[in-house]
Amino acid sequence: MAPIELLLFGFLIAVALLVARLRDLLAAALLLGIFSLLCAGLFVLNDAVDVAFTEAAVGAGVSTILLLGTLSLTRREEKSQPTRWAPLVVVLVTGGALALGILDMPAYGDPTAPIHQHLAPDYIAGTAAEFGIPNVVTAILASYRGFDTLGETAVIVTAAIGILALLASGRRWKGGAP
Amino acid sequence: MKIEPVGMREKKILRVVARLFIPFILLFALYVQFHGDYGPGGGFQAGVIFAAGFVLYGLIFGLPTLQRVVPFIVVEASVAIGLLLYAGVGVATVLLGGAFLDYRVLDAHDATQGLHLGILLVEFGVGLAVAGAMLVIFYAFAGRRSD
Repeated sequence: MAPIELLLFGFLIAVALLVARLRDLLAAALLLGIFSLLCAGLFVLNDAVDVAFTEAAVGAGVSTILLLGTLSLTRREEKSQPTRWAPLVVVLVTGGALALGILDMPAYGDPTAPIHQHLAPDYIAGTAAEFGIPNVVTAILASYRGFDTLGETAVIVTAAIGILALLASGRRWKGGAP
Repeated sequence: MKIEPVGMREKKILRVVARLFIPFILLFALYVQFHGDYGPGGGFQAGVIFAAGFVLYGLIFGLPTLQRVVPFIVVEASVAIGLLLYAGVGVATVLLGGAFLDYRVLDAHDATQGLHLGILLVEFGVGLAVAGAMLVIFYAFAGRRSD
């Protein structure tokens, strides 16, 4: 792993711990935005620019604004609660199990990993031969996995409808906001 | 969300910088949308960036001003039109004798051209739906008062 990746991972863990510790919700919301931006940086380092785009725009941009908007409707400070140990045990056990599972995974960035051997070579070869476009991600999203993307778009539309149903609260608007 | 257009209006630097940046954000979104075949990006990213430009406008100049620029009905409609465009391309390919979402039949002579056209159209549908959904959520949140 390159030093810059280690640095970003370190920051990621530090920010995550800070968000969990903070009582100030405004600071926590902003730190979550930074968390997303760090993730986007890591995606860029892994050459996953398409995902990095999405993470930076949604995670660091729009969702931070929505969190801030929610905060302005509620209080800025988290209610202090007595420390409970049972959730910590559950989280530690689950995290330990996941870490144990990671040991069986192929090495980080290994090109001979099974996931890079199954369908990916067909997609990469087919994108150049059939589509004549350089962006394999677009070819997979829009064509090879066109059904999936149609479903995803339907999920987004459903989310918008759900938000309208929840927040418009029965009011009928004419050209204005709910 | 309490959006105070009057208070924000006094912050001259924010206003000037936002005014300078928003056209470029929107232009960049269009680039990401229509250059998605060749560079990184596509409908989803472009939709979010496009919406982010308008969200910035709404934050600086206030929700009522944003609603004059993009009425709610337009936002609401673009969500539905986006999904319908995507599914409509699928139906069109079936009517032209291919399988659902088999873009090759879209161009009678050149299958590659058909693929390009199909990808362009469905990506545009995704972009419309995502930009609309983001703005619907922003409008719904920003229009609320803590009461």
